[in-house]
Amino acid sequence: MLKIALIGAGKMGISHLAILRGYADTDIVGVCDTSKMVTDFLTKHGKFNCFSDYGKMIAETKPDAVIVAVQTKFHYSIIKDLLEKNIHVFAEKPFCLNYEQSEELVALAAKNKVVNQVGYHNKFFGTFQETKKIAVSGALGDIYHFIGESYGPVVLKKKAETWRSDPAEGGGCLLDYASHVIDLLNDTLSPITAAKGTLLKSIYSGKVEDAVYSLLELASGQTGLLSVNWSDDTYRKMSTSITLVGTKGKLIADANELKVFFKDDNALDGYSKGWNVKYITELQGGVDFYLRGEEFSSQLNYFVRAASGLAPNTINNFASAAKTDKAISIIKKSSK
Amino acid sequence: MERILFGDNQFFAVNHISDSKSREQSIRFKDDSAIIKVLNDAIGAGINTFMCTTHDRIANICDIIRDNPEKYKDFKIFPCMPYAHKYANAVTELGIAGTLKQYVPGNFFGSLFKGGMAFLSKDYEAIMELMIDAEMKMFKGIDTPVIFLQNVITDLLLGLRAYDMLAAFHAYIKKKYNAEAGFITMNMPKLLSVLEQAGITNPIICASINKAGFRMSGGKDIYEETLNTKKFRAIAMQVLGGGAIHPKEAIEYVCGLPNIESILFGASSKGNIENTVLNIRSFDIKNN
Repeated sequence: MLKIALIGAGKMGISHLAILRGYADTDIVGVCDTSKMVTDFLTKHGKFNCFSDYGKMIAETKPDAVIVAVQTKFHYSIIKDLLEKNIHVFAEKPFCLNYEQSEELVALAAKNKVVNQVGYHNKFFGTFQETKKIAVSGALGDIYHFIGESYGPVVLKKKAETWRSDPAEGGGCLLDYASHVIDLLNDTLSPITAAKGTLLKSIYSGKVEDAVYSLLELASGQTGLLSVNWSDDTYRKMSTSITLVGTKGKLIADANELKVFFKDDNALDGYSKGWNVKYITELQGGVDFYLRGEEFSSQLNYFVRAASGLAPNTINNFASAAKTDKAISIIKKSSK
Repeated sequence: MERILFGDNQFFAVNHISDSKSREQSIRFKDDSAIIKVLNDAIGAGINTFMCTTHDRIANICDIIRDNPEKYKDFKIFPCMPYAHKYANAVTELGIAGTLKQYVPGNFFGSLFKGGMAFLSKDYEAIMELMIDAEMKMFKGIDTPVIFLQNVITDLLLGLRAYDMLAAFHAYIKKKYNAEAGFITMNMPKLLSVLEQAGITNPIICASINKAGFRMSGGKDIYEETLNTKKFRAIAMQVLGGGAIHPKEAIEYVCGLPNIESILFGASSKGNIENTVLNIRSFDIKNN
């Protein structure tokens, strides 16, 4: 049984912990967090073996794999340390604060042959997986325009500053929110190589942007729009969508629903001329333990299988997340 | 529990398959009067139990119910707590301790003694009790015979194996509110065996149960086996599988299963409400 430890028991860390323990096949050997409020709860009510020093935890519990869910600014040093100890790593997104560090970790993970994954969970939605399948199939013809969007209600008024309001700590809509869409576009079409006319808008936050609007160009030559705003009250929760406009059709996908219009019949197996609508109920496989969404369980299941040698380490690996970090830096640079 | 329970997802733009439908709902139910009108339609169709999340807007609905005691004299509410997005957004911004400080103190300053002591001594059960009390405030004077823990918390505690907290919720609801605790879950078979081990007999469990197998973790077979062999009071939700199944077929499937005490559904139009009720009643007659 795979021995797993967690570093960082915040919102994502605890969610990962519950999913991993919920679906068995793993042994959670240790949990590390600096909040005593949290580790006391996990010790008392979950009987977890908790630590406040991750180095001590690794030395004592000798995990095969570690989930890193601390703030992004701590990723590089912790992950580097884990990779040097030949431990498989699942890190939360975004990967690193600058892509030179990301690329260094990609090389180190490859050299030490450890399994590596980053938590861009959108790629585990059935709708976005189908989107990629359709984009790659060529059924949409020449995809001459795309729109990547994400909106949600995170920062809705001026508030006391936290790490989320510090650009040096990975705060801001670009790293935290837009990274999901950027990652999806990179993977579904091809990596972002240039950004033009980028607007990073502060709406309520003092030091960081709350919205990102940009014109993007991809390695494939395709161009399109990025529009992301985490200060949008009209959304109940984060909503991410991708629109692809091609010479033979158009596709609009979000986490729940895939709508595709084809100009001709026989464009693709299972689809017909005109609008086709498919829902998550048809496109998403079930999971053994559910918390917050199938995608969260599926991504961890994939990581555990990869670390156990049962799945290829291709989806959301460090190399793919490093490309996203690079795209983020391209977009940031173009705003200046 | 009544055979048919009326849900609230449609009122708060919760739609599991379509963001655009959820937007339409949000526009349609902007005013509380639109919600009340649909609730009255449900009552007209013979449904007297409203199962709803502890969303801020439910407080307004509770005011209307309290103001019309004669009209709503048989009306019951099954509160489901907490309204998770409120806390989830707060945790993202304030962290876990910060969120507790923000929400436990919602009555923290008022009940500084109990809250303050609990917070300092990390008595998590006492903190949970304070949060339950805060969520229950809006229902004062309304009949709430069953009080539910939302699936995100049930399943979080289930995954973490903090089983004693599930038992503590059950015990506190009985002690303080003289009501039955219910648990909403996406992992019904697993939850039931945990509750049984904790000594909770014949628990009320609300779970996704539908012909498509949607959100039935571990698969439809183990759900059916659990319904066939175990003793508990099941409420079937998401019976339409998010709209993936033809309504009549969907209801026929759920009505044909053993051990399902109630069926929970939500709808926005009078026609849909009446059709669903009619379908359930007629399949029930056929099966008896």
